[in-house]
Amino acid sequence: MEVKPPVPQVPPAVWSEFKDLQEWEKYHQERADNDKTSEALSAIAEAIHHFPGGWIVTTSTEKIFNWARSSSIWPVTFGLACCAIEMMATFASRFDVERFGMVPWASPRHSDLMIVSGTVTIKMAPMLKRIYDQMPDPKWVVSMGSCANSGGPFRHGYHVVKGVDRVVPVDVYVPGCPPTPDSLMYGLLRLQEQVAQFQKTGTRPAPAEPA
Amino acid sequence: MTALTAAAAAASQIQERFGVGPSVTGAELSVTVPTERWPELARFARDTLGCSYFNFLTAVDWKEQGLEVLARLDNLDAGVALTMRTRVTAEHPRCPTLTGVFRGADWMERECYDMFGVVFDGHPDLRRILLGDDWEGYPLRKDYAVDTPQAPYR
Repeated sequence: MEVKPPVPQVPPAVWSEFKDLQEWEKYHQERADNDKTSEALSAIAEAIHHFPGGWIVTTSTEKIFNWARSSSIWPVTFGLACCAIEMMATFASRFDVERFGMVPWASPRHSDLMIVSGTVTIKMAPMLKRIYDQMPDPKWVVSMGSCANSGGPFRHGYHVVKGVDRVVPVDVYVPGCPPTPDSLMYGLLRLQEQVAQFQKTGTRPAPAEPA
Repeated sequence: MTALTAAAAAASQIQERFGVGPSVTGAELSVTVPTERWPELARFARDTLGCSYFNFLTAVDWKEQGLEVLARLDNLDAGVALTMRTRVTAEHPRCPTLTGVFRGADWMERECYDMFGVVFDGHPDLRRILLGDDWEGYPLRKDYAVDTPQAPYR
């Protein structure tokens, strides 16, 4: 004999009973009634379109180029060590830097940014330099984690480059061992600010050739 | 107890054949032989003592007392482990290869050469394995200056 548990009876939802919804609708109704600014703006836009070439926006080329650069930074997928796991987490859906226009790209020739995520060994440094050289100008480098910043815990090892800035010029240093995705994302946002100022910074000098 | 009795039996066999008594700790034997008898001991351990698993080969830098090359062979059936050791000088570290006995010794001897500079006579392909071909010095030696700036990267 089968015993069925009693099913709790839920009263059907009535939309009109939700207070929040009513207030929300009321707020927007009032806002639309009082919104004189958008009406004025659309009137101006209407008027501008009657001029010849009125739809052209005038600005400085540097400003618009930098806006484009800073809002579509493509980092080359270049993972060296455990920091790369955090970098992948930053790229993935939970943190999702793609909403800032950053698409991890599997080719240095289409990339603007190299995130050096991990320990740079003396054996790996020429390959890193080569990937950097393959990227088209203008290009930026984020040094991620203690190892890439200074050698980190392996600084006194015989095989470790004591900071990736001895190989390529670095724009943003992200500390941490490893940095959390939040830290890296903060660094990337600071880089965006830096990229937006590109005309003030100018071209950076190449690193001095070793004697 | 079988491992302990097997270890005692192996120790007496080594004593009989090589004239040196291994130090025994539990079922682990440790024996130092002259460099000339190095491959002979390995072959003896593999064929007679049943230590057919070549675990690792490395070296220790004892500064003034030279380098010590050591290899560990395991008898996985009896649970007996044999650590074989030999001394070479730091100025001319030469040691016969074990690649004729264990093929797995190939890369380990290359690594030992890479890190300590021990030259294994008779090795088929003795060159650096982990570091670059242009590397100078042997970094795991005690007298290697680790923090010396070296062009171009450090």
